[in-house]
Amino acid sequence: MEQPAYQARIPIYPRSVRGRFRTAKYAVLVLAYGVYFSLPWLPWPRPGAPSQAVLFDLPGRHFYVFDLTIYAQDIFWLAGLLVIAALLLFFVTGIAGRVFCGYFCFQTLWTDVFLLIERLVQGERNARIRLAQAPWGPEKVLKLGATHLLWLAVAFVTGLTFTLYWGYAPELARQFFTGAAPFPAYATTLFLTATTYVMAGLAREQVCTYMCPYARFQGVMFDQDTLVVAYDERRGEPRGKPRRDLLARESRHGAGLGDCIDCGYCVQVCPMGIDIRNGLQYQCISCALCIDACDRMMDSLGWPRGLVRYTSARALRGEHTRWYKPKNLGYGLVLLAAVAALAWSIGHRSSVEMAVRQVRQPISVTLSDGREQNRYEIKINNKTSRPAVYHLVLEGLPGAELVVEGGAVFRLAPEASTKALALVRLHPKDARTSRMSFHFVLVPESGEGERRAWEAVFYLPPWRLEAGR
Amino acid sequence: MSSKETHKPAVQTTGHAWDGDLQEFNNPLPRWWLWAFYATVVFAVIYWVIYPAWPLGRDYTKGLFNTITYETSDGRQVETHWNTRARFLREMQAARAKQEQILQRLAGVPYQEIAADRELSAFAYSMAKVLFADNCAACHQSGGAGVAGLYPNLADDAWLWGGTYAEIEQTIRNGRRGFMPSFARALDEQQLDDVATFVLSLSGFEVDPEAARRGGAIFNGQAGGCYYCHTHEGTGMTSQGAANLTDAVWTVARVQATAGVEANKEAVKAVIRKGIQREMPAWAGRLDDTEIRILTFYVHQLGGGQ
Repeated sequence: MEQPAYQARIPIYPRSVRGRFRTAKYAVLVLAYGVYFSLPWLPWPRPGAPSQAVLFDLPGRHFYVFDLTIYAQDIFWLAGLLVIAALLLFFVTGIAGRVFCGYFCFQTLWTDVFLLIERLVQGERNARIRLAQAPWGPEKVLKLGATHLLWLAVAFVTGLTFTLYWGYAPELARQFFTGAAPFPAYATTLFLTATTYVMAGLAREQVCTYMCPYARFQGVMFDQDTLVVAYDERRGEPRGKPRRDLLARESRHGAGLGDCIDCGYCVQVCPMGIDIRNGLQYQCISCALCIDACDRMMDSLGWPRGLVRYTSARALRGEHTRWYKPKNLGYGLVLLAAVAALAWSIGHRSSVEMAVRQVRQPISVTLSDGREQNRYEIKINNKTSRPAVYHLVLEGLPGAELVVEGGAVFRLAPEASTKALALVRLHPKDARTSRMSFHFVLVPESGEGERRAWEAVFYLPPWRLEAGR
Repeated sequence: MSSKETHKPAVQTTGHAWDGDLQEFNNPLPRWWLWAFYATVVFAVIYWVIYPAWPLGRDYTKGLFNTITYETSDGRQVETHWNTRARFLREMQAARAKQEQILQRLAGVPYQEIAADRELSAFAYSMAKVLFADNCAACHQSGGAGVAGLYPNLADDAWLWGGTYAEIEQTIRNGRRGFMPSFARALDEQQLDDVATFVLSLSGFEVDPEAARRGGAIFNGQAGGCYYCHTHEGTGMTSQGAANLTDAVWTVARVQATAGVEANKEAVKAVIRKGIQREMPAWAGRLDDTEIRILTFYVHQLGGGQ
């Protein structure tokens, strides 16, 4: 058999279905869309900074997430979050299969919305197939055109909303439509509009089967006890169309037929275009719509549900699924540890940061009154959204004097940093060794805020130390 | 699993077999992959048109509809085809325009105001570090450490020519000529020894009091006449660039507290014998007013200022 070099996509026209899982998936969809589309517009009073609950301010190097302000140096929290997301994926996938793919992945969510639009404009599966096969005419142009226009509209709103997270939304949106927004805003919106339209409208299941790495590697977390959407072959086979003479389940069994009536509903509702009765396949995103379809069929026949159901390979063999196993417990523990570490790190974040850099050229100079002077370039960063006043003092270097150009009191605007040159002077007679560790301490003026210390070293040439004795 | 086999489409293989049963599927590529490939080809063609791409012997295609305009440092507008160097120059030009505002403030406000404003002083400090490294560090060393006997240390608080903002600015703008005459002929060896002993006594060294008394008489009398510049108390005179001999800082003689009186006396004697002849050039014509102000602020801050 000769095959073509390139294979066109085999179109899939998923039929709609109602049921427990469809309802749950719509609930997730409403929640996700509600959060995603409204979050940039949620106001959040924040003195001295844009009053937007979630704002990623790249030029200002500030990520605002409600009362949390994340600075460039805190970006390792993002790494922590990604580690947690990965562990959560491993943990959940090991136990319950591709839950992320079926319920939470934006490819699934947006494809669901695009399918809703498709159905609204073109009708149910059969109507859509008829329309696709029909010759081009006014009706086809109108319906397909309307579908694609609505898709583009949703894609555009999606792209624009993403852009609004990176600027003050009301202002950026106004600028966007008056042509005054910065170029990256247009580029981002255009790019995401295009990708949303292509991925959710045109590529669909091909994204999962060809492009997505997560879809493929989740399979390696599966084992005998992982919940999968599965067809109970022992109950269903041999399948056969319902026969007028074998309406009762018992008579059907008596005639050697299984419970599957081969209605094909489970295949028609599948957004991936597979037949779940062929067993576990890499294309299956565990959306569970075939369960809803089969359950409706069984209900109408008055037979028990669950011919297609969430179950494990072990349970299908008639054994008990084992939940408590080292793999699940291990993932769970590591996940808990990662969450705890991130929470601790965020909970113990400091409200002020200081960097102390000793000037090493010259490292020490003799002053006219016989004292020795070291210089330190310091940078103080107020990480709160309130103005702060700090006094810089020395600790652990008795007899030393601190001189700062402009005074040792630092008045910092919200989320601002300042630099200064600190001179530390010490008489050799007060020195213990030629290298003395001491601390620069920031003392908040108004009790509010925290007192924090940074270590530094005072250096004295050995011959000066000797002269002081 | 009998149904599995029946529903699976037949797959073509390449016909090769390794190790008896290892075969290679010959699955067709998905059509979208082909489209993606064509898209990269189209992208490349568009790129050739817009950006510099093809070599043509000694020349190359410059790219169409894609020019960059920038201003050179002498104010000429240059329009050129797209290239990274022009982009860099344009970015530098934009950065200069941004600095212009803060530079104007630095040029206009009194020094005390710069010191009181942390934003201004931090900017001046950063900029001056570069200016100092480019223009001053060749002699005064990085960080203003200086070279004993040759180039004064700017990081301490002893100021030969005065440490106020006005005096430092005057020094940078017009340069200085440091001069101390040689006393090799005016004073004999014994007198040199006595004067050096006296000078060491000024800053608290334990010396022979009788020699110091004799040296003081030469220092403050007509034989030496040192007091003309260094004053009777030995505290120096900034108008002459004469060093304060009573403090702990030695800008020319290599005096060290641990070196012993004899060695230190030799160091001081060497200076008195040879005198000093050194010069700092004027920077008024080489640096602009704002740069001189920024450097003045920086040098003043280095040692704590006056």
